[in-house]
Amino acid sequence: MYAQMVKSTGSGAKSREEMTPDEAAFQDKIDADIKIEPRDWMPEGYRKTLIRQIGQHAHSEIVGQLPEGNWITRAPTLERKAILLAKVQDEAGHGLYLYSAAETLGITRDEMTEQLLDGRAKYSSIFNYPTLNWADIGAVGWLVDGAAIMNQVPLQRTSYGPYSRAMIRICKEESFHQRQGYDIVMKMAQGSPEQRKMAQDALNRLWYPSLMMFGPSDKDSVHSAQSMAWKIKINTNDELRQKFVDQTVPQAEFLGLTIPDENLKWNEEKGGYDFSEPDWGEFFDVLKGNGPCNQDRMATRNKAWDDGAWVREGLMAHAEKKRAAKLAAQQAAE
Amino acid sequence: MGAAEKLAEMTQEQLVQYLLRLGDNTLVLGHRVSEWCGKSPVLEEDIALANTALDLLGQTQLWLGRAADVQGEGKSADDLAFLRDVWDFRNVLLVELPNGDFGQTLMRQLLFDAYHAVLLAELVNSTDATISAIAEKASKEVAYHLERSRDTVIGLGDGTEESHNRMQAALDLLWPYVGEMFHSDAVDAAAVAAGIGPDPASLRPGFDAIVTAALAEATLVKPDSDFAHKGGRTGAMHTEHLGHMLCQMQWLQRAYPGNKW
Amino acid sequence: MSQEWPLWEIFIRGQHGLSHRHVGSLHAPDAEMAIKNARDVYTRRNEGVSIWVVEAKHISATAPGEKGPLFEPSESKVYRHPSFFDIPEEAGHM
Repeated sequence: MYAQMVKSTGSGAKSREEMTPDEAAFQDKIDADIKIEPRDWMPEGYRKTLIRQIGQHAHSEIVGQLPEGNWITRAPTLERKAILLAKVQDEAGHGLYLYSAAETLGITRDEMTEQLLDGRAKYSSIFNYPTLNWADIGAVGWLVDGAAIMNQVPLQRTSYGPYSRAMIRICKEESFHQRQGYDIVMKMAQGSPEQRKMAQDALNRLWYPSLMMFGPSDKDSVHSAQSMAWKIKINTNDELRQKFVDQTVPQAEFLGLTIPDENLKWNEEKGGYDFSEPDWGEFFDVLKGNGPCNQDRMATRNKAWDDGAWVREGLMAHAEKKRAAKLAAQQAAE
Repeated sequence: MGAAEKLAEMTQEQLVQYLLRLGDNTLVLGHRVSEWCGKSPVLEEDIALANTALDLLGQTQLWLGRAADVQGEGKSADDLAFLRDVWDFRNVLLVELPNGDFGQTLMRQLLFDAYHAVLLAELVNSTDATISAIAEKASKEVAYHLERSRDTVIGLGDGTEESHNRMQAALDLLWPYVGEMFHSDAVDAAAVAAGIGPDPASLRPGFDAIVTAALAEATLVKPDSDFAHKGGRTGAMHTEHLGHMLCQMQWLQRAYPGNKW
Repeated sequence: MSQEWPLWEIFIRGQHGLSHRHVGSLHAPDAEMAIKNARDVYTRRNEGVSIWVVEAKHISATAPGEKGPLFEPSESKVYRHPSFFDIPEEAGHM
């Protein structure tokens, strides 16, 4: 997902007997669906895992601006340009909300930014894939936002108050993102032969990377078990992936587009589709930095941050001068 | 006053030109500002710049939509935005200049916002009800753009030595593009006669008041020369930059003519 | 690394006459810019008619450990709620 393979600290969920009284009281609150707030006591592992997870989620929003931003200047109509710009702007906003949530855990946004820029922190693998034709902008909304929403909707109930509140706001704002994406793909699937070709091409390239967004199967992962006990992860990766496939296949059929999977078949017994796993070797390559766009994405973010340093410093220096002048005026008046 | 009566003072073609000047300014500047999306110095600025670009895009749809209506050839705002070549564009040169660094973008924004604000304040009184209504809506948006660009230019001008130097360089670079906004020609004269809009020259004192005060607070020095590049609002000679911008902006519409998006 | 812009807490009053409500945080060099940033970040969907900003470090808050003494005593004051009283229907709306 936007936060993939977040490792919790330690070796997995503790049993009740192993817990200290503080830890037991903490787990009781979580089990009773009482939100954890910034100043409440929390296990160090919970705090660290959350910083990592929320940070990764925030970074994904920020880097996620780039593949779609790639088409803002080439959007084919004024209305499409406005919609796309508003959507990519929303992503900046969502990054901001999430950074703010993480900041309540005792880390600054600048620290998190540095971690992203020097490669210590990760972001979702999906944003290391290119957007090559206009239908990709539709497919990103339809598939990528569609996959993200699968994860984000349950996260509104996550145990950490500020994270939960950020997710509620994000989900509210995101509701138009997937629809606008589907709307683009629909127009193209019903359009000229070239447009249909673009739409199918986008689906072909983005289908498996979208499935990878949920991360490899984690049914045996101790990290996931701990995160689920803490309610900072609500569903397993496989559950969400299955739900996504089941939702998306009929949508593709409606458009007359073909999902690039020969093994895709309805399974009456399980009440869902059977489908091919993505190439997990490719997934780990992308995580290691070898995706098609890793270098470009990081170079763009680094350049934006470095080029902006004088602006951030300049505006801060002016604010400090103003504050000092105001103070001096007050003192002179006394 | 209906379109027919206005023709007495202003030809249909002149009115179209007038509206294109308004719409092309917002189209081209909105496009330039949107180029910052995802690349600004800080998240809050990224979001703010996108808001400015969105306002300008919205104004473009109204101005070009009106231009297409007056033209009466069954075209849409999109047709005008995506299917005209460089020589048909009527924006001032200032807005088509590349973004440069963040300081240059914000300096350009201040110079245009100051002009835009005083212009819209006059257009609110236009005898053309549509123009007046668009100006009414846009003037609120632009009042905020101006507040924000002015504060940012002041902050950066008065900030650190580096930010000050960069802002002064931006001002020196852009100042020769200010004069064009206040040039008048036959289209403007006709607009004045028809009560459609103001004489551009009459907007200069209002512009100077805003910009002089802002630059003083920003500790920046207005260049001595009043030399002014021109050719944008008449279409006689744009910069080389506009063609490249249109290559990107119009590519899909040009490559796949007649497709619906 | 240069000095980070301070963190501000943002409160917005919506359209319907309700009180200002905490909506989130952001960074800004000073209060004036914090208000502008709040306008751009937190009212993109017509959410507000008034903005308050407070630098985060100036907010004082109750300590989580005091939750019991602070808030539990009011739980037993059930008579403060209108539902405590049974008024016969014949008495009409009250």
